[in-house]
Amino acid sequence: MEQPVGAHWHRVRLNTRMISAQSFGDSGKMKEYHYTGPVEQRFSPYAFNGGTVLAVAGEDFAIVASDTRLSEGYSIHSRDSPKCYKLTDTTVIGCSGFHGDCLTLTKIIDARLKMYKHSNNKMMTSGAIAAMLSTILYGRRFFPYYVYNIIGGLDEEGKGAVYSFDPVGSYQRDTYKAGGSASAMLQPLLDNQIGFKNMEGVQHVPLSKDKAVQLVKDVFISAAERDVYTGDALRICVITKEGIDEQTMPLRKD
Amino acid sequence: MATMIMKQPPTGGFSFENCKRNAVVEGSLNNSGGSLPAARKTGTTICGVVFKDGVVLGADTRATEGMIVADKNCSKIHYISPNIYCCGAGTAADTEMTTQIISSNLELHSLSTGRSPRVATANRMLKQMLFRYQGYIGAALVLGGVDCNGPHLYSIYPHGSTDKLPYVTMGSGSLAAMAVFEDRYKPDMEEEAAKRLVRDAIAAGIFNDLGSGSNIDLCVISKGKVDYIRPHDEANKKGVRTGDYKYTRGTTGVLTKAVKPLDLELLVESVQTMDTS
Repeated sequence: MEQPVGAHWHRVRLNTRMISAQSFGDSGKMKEYHYTGPVEQRFSPYAFNGGTVLAVAGEDFAIVASDTRLSEGYSIHSRDSPKCYKLTDTTVIGCSGFHGDCLTLTKIIDARLKMYKHSNNKMMTSGAIAAMLSTILYGRRFFPYYVYNIIGGLDEEGKGAVYSFDPVGSYQRDTYKAGGSASAMLQPLLDNQIGFKNMEGVQHVPLSKDKAVQLVKDVFISAAERDVYTGDALRICVITKEGIDEQTMPLRKD
Repeated sequence: MATMIMKQPPTGGFSFENCKRNAVVEGSLNNSGGSLPAARKTGTTICGVVFKDGVVLGADTRATEGMIVADKNCSKIHYISPNIYCCGAGTAADTEMTTQIISSNLELHSLSTGRSPRVATANRMLKQMLFRYQGYIGAALVLGGVDCNGPHLYSIYPHGSTDKLPYVTMGSGSLAAMAVFEDRYKPDMEEEAAKRLVRDAIAAGIFNDLGSGSNIDLCVISKGKVDYIRPHDEANKKGVRTGDYKYTRGTTGVLTKAVKPLDLELLVESVQTMDTS
């Protein structure tokens, strides 16, 4: 899209008369306004690369899922760019938004994890990673990382934990959270199916791992129908005390 | 001394009286947290190709509102006359209404002349209307048909310029579709080859452009025959959901219930036909 360039004075020649914008300066001599030099077009340091991320916490498992489409404007950069990144054996982070900041942020988190491990002789827990990420993000309060983060993992007791963030580091622990371009479509569905909201007389059955994986797949199929930025394939990371199990499922490619 | 106010003679062209009012409405809506309803754009891939005996028009079937899919199976190939069809990209309401207006006028014109309508006539009517509105009607069209002078294909832009070409593409996916055409177009193709080419061009738009998607519609127009194939190709099927999301009766909580009996009289109704002679 073209941005309007700042107005500048013209020198207009009409027949033999010269009309120009002139004024009298401080010294009494006539000054003429005529803009020379570079004109700054609007440069935005951010881009929106699309993508949706979802995390669900169960009794003894956690699931982090994301689509694998990387887009910009009306084009697709890649059909195979998952947004889940493995941090430790018990923690996975999903990052969507501006891909450049996603990459840098995950590099920084990896480095900080290593530093912690070397100085404290143990791996960071999910809660600790979440608290650290909050400070990293707020450190850039006035030039934020354009990333919507969701951390999924197991806490110290082995129960599933999900932490959701905003771009400047505000976070809270959830049972389930959707982030990214189709988050507004997925979150109400999860509120209904996992949180049993707006339903009466329904048994609050605790979510099993297989049912949760099935729900995540169905919910992404629906998101791919209506959101143009979501599609191509779905990557699901299931985190249990045995380790992290990755699955991939195809989605709509249009 | 009171200044004299000269009454301006009415100027022709567009009246922008409502623009100030619209700006005020938009401002007050923004203050109260709302926004003006956005015109739905079709964010489309449409194309057409002339082959040996006629023309093939193709279109995808996705309509978007911003970056959300509003309609997964809308019809973008519009009827103009029995031998002329028109694909539309841009603002959905504009393409729909413009093609309907020209279709109606063309039928009247055809009855008046006593002849089958010509594609050049439809083209001339469309471009004169779009130019009159100076581009404010956001309709980018691919017009194709067969008349007494043979097969013809035009592309028409929102400001009113037209091009008469053997192959054209329009919409956000036009670059993807044109890439396919530039690679494989040959003059005087057979019908099946032309259908395959148009199908592949639309498919390129569907898979590589986020504004286009779902299915491929084709319209094959030849002398005396029109094949409106909708859908020609269901390029994208919805994924099969494994879970069951049915709600049993009573899941939605009822907060209050009020029953009001309506006192109605039963009248006997009879129809009297109007004298239309």
